[in-house]
Amino acid sequence: MDKREIILQHYSKPQNKKRMESEEYTKENTRNSSCIDNLDIYIKIKDSYIEDITFDGEACAISISSASIMTKNLNKKSVREGLEYIKNFENMLNEKEYEQNILKEAIVYENTKNTSRKTCAWLPYDAAKKILEKNI
Amino acid sequence: MVFREDFPMLNKDIIYFDNSATSLKPKKVIDKMVDYYENYGANAHRGDYDISYKVDIEYENARDEIVEFINAKSKEEVIFTSGATESLNMIAQGFFANIVEAGDEILITTSEHASNVLPWFRLANDYGCVINFIPLDENLHVTMENVKKSITPKTKIIALAQITNVVGDVRPIKEIAKLAHENNIFLVVDGAQSAAHMKVDMQDLDVDFFVFSAHKMLGPTGVGVLYGKKELLENLEPINLGGGMNESFDNPKEIYLKDLPTRLEAGTPNIAGVIGFGEAIKYLKNVGMEQISERERHLREYLVEKLVRIPHIDIINLEADSGIVTFNVDGIFSQDVAYYLNKYNVCVRAGNHCAKILKNSTGVTNSIRVSLSFYNTESEIDEFVELLKNKEKIMEEMI
Repeated sequence: MDKREIILQHYSKPQNKKRMESEEYTKENTRNSSCIDNLDIYIKIKDSYIEDITFDGEACAISISSASIMTKNLNKKSVREGLEYIKNFENMLNEKEYEQNILKEAIVYENTKNTSRKTCAWLPYDAAKKILEKNI
Repeated sequence: MVFREDFPMLNKDIIYFDNSATSLKPKKVIDKMVDYYENYGANAHRGDYDISYKVDIEYENARDEIVEFINAKSKEEVIFTSGATESLNMIAQGFFANIVEAGDEILITTSEHASNVLPWFRLANDYGCVINFIPLDENLHVTMENVKKSITPKTKIIALAQITNVVGDVRPIKEIAKLAHENNIFLVVDGAQSAAHMKVDMQDLDVDFFVFSAHKMLGPTGVGVLYGKKELLENLEPINLGGGMNESFDNPKEIYLKDLPTRLEAGTPNIAGVIGFGEAIKYLKNVGMEQISERERHLREYLVEKLVRIPHIDIINLEADSGIVTFNVDGIFSQDVAYYLNKYNVCVRAGNHCAKILKNSTGVTNSIRVSLSFYNTESEIDEFVELLKNKEKIMEEMI
């Protein structure tokens, strides 16, 4: 599959897209001030491990697919590993050195050269990072 | 079209359909401002030497242009501000904050722009006023009947856009002004979307306050107007105190301010902006406001007629008497459509367009907005419609 197909697949059939009411989950809202992307990220952390991670909300194809891929990749990782993964993703977006194999499918956003789309790809990560940093 | 060559931005191989956000500027307006900076770039109100005297003349000429353009009674009724937003905040904080009482009601609608909502919300929070919403009809328009129904003995202010920036409906301002005054209510009108697109006549409309921004009407950014009836402006407390607006001062008890309009223009004004604004007004007058309205209505009809034939397009404001068309492509997020169009150099706006409480009335949280100007053409519309016909193509290329 080419990059575009991967993005479209995660957009049309996003994984882990569900709202979590349970108190076991920490919720963090993330939105783009210049547009209307608006997502909630839910993470259940137990013994410094990400036991479950989901998202819900309304956003563009890049943000939704990015959230889908992110939740898929972060699930069952330790909080430290999760933060390491997020750091790698951030480095990729900012054209710094990063480890490709950790990012898996998330490398499809490597070429979001248009800066506003870069913000879209980063959107779910911003919320996940906040939650994980509080639980390190 | 003969006007197109006047606009440098129209040679950039773009289709510019975001005129409600800001308009393009004719070369004459740009040149007028460059002329100020290059040839007589002194301060205003300091007329002791020739070029400074010329600044005063040009600055006040611009005011005269606007007085005539909106048919105000006098220069004292036209205050230069940084734009419609500042004007509305001055009205709320400088005038109404001094006269409202707890329980007074302020009537707005859910389709107002943030700048005609938040200053009133603040007034309500600070002084215990109540915000009520005039219900919109099925076309999202304001009807006289609904205005009448919303008025109570406690209504003190009605604040409405003349044309809204998402729905594009033209409100019956003259009738609302009459009704408001019969009930001792003040009428504040946000003219940001109307002043460039239709003839606005202050004496005919008989509104109490009216605000607009230069950049939406072929002029520069950072300058706008606060119009108010003279007797009301006399009681508008300046938010800013400083140079240019005071007569004399000795101690805190003895401050004497200048008369209108200078009293409300503290500090060095946006001189180049004001002078450029005057030139923009001249340009609009030259094209003719009636011609502009007619041309934009025609372009809108031309676009809507083509869009309704595309099954995957839902138009949100089928009925509107302005150049604004708001729609969604079924199943595709508005921003993705805008990104797709951008690949073909088409500039449209996606989002909630700063009307964040409109979703309460429409159930639609975001949309794509096309806002046309008289310098747009039928062939631009043809090209645009062609790009939207194939939904698969949009899905394919939106990433």
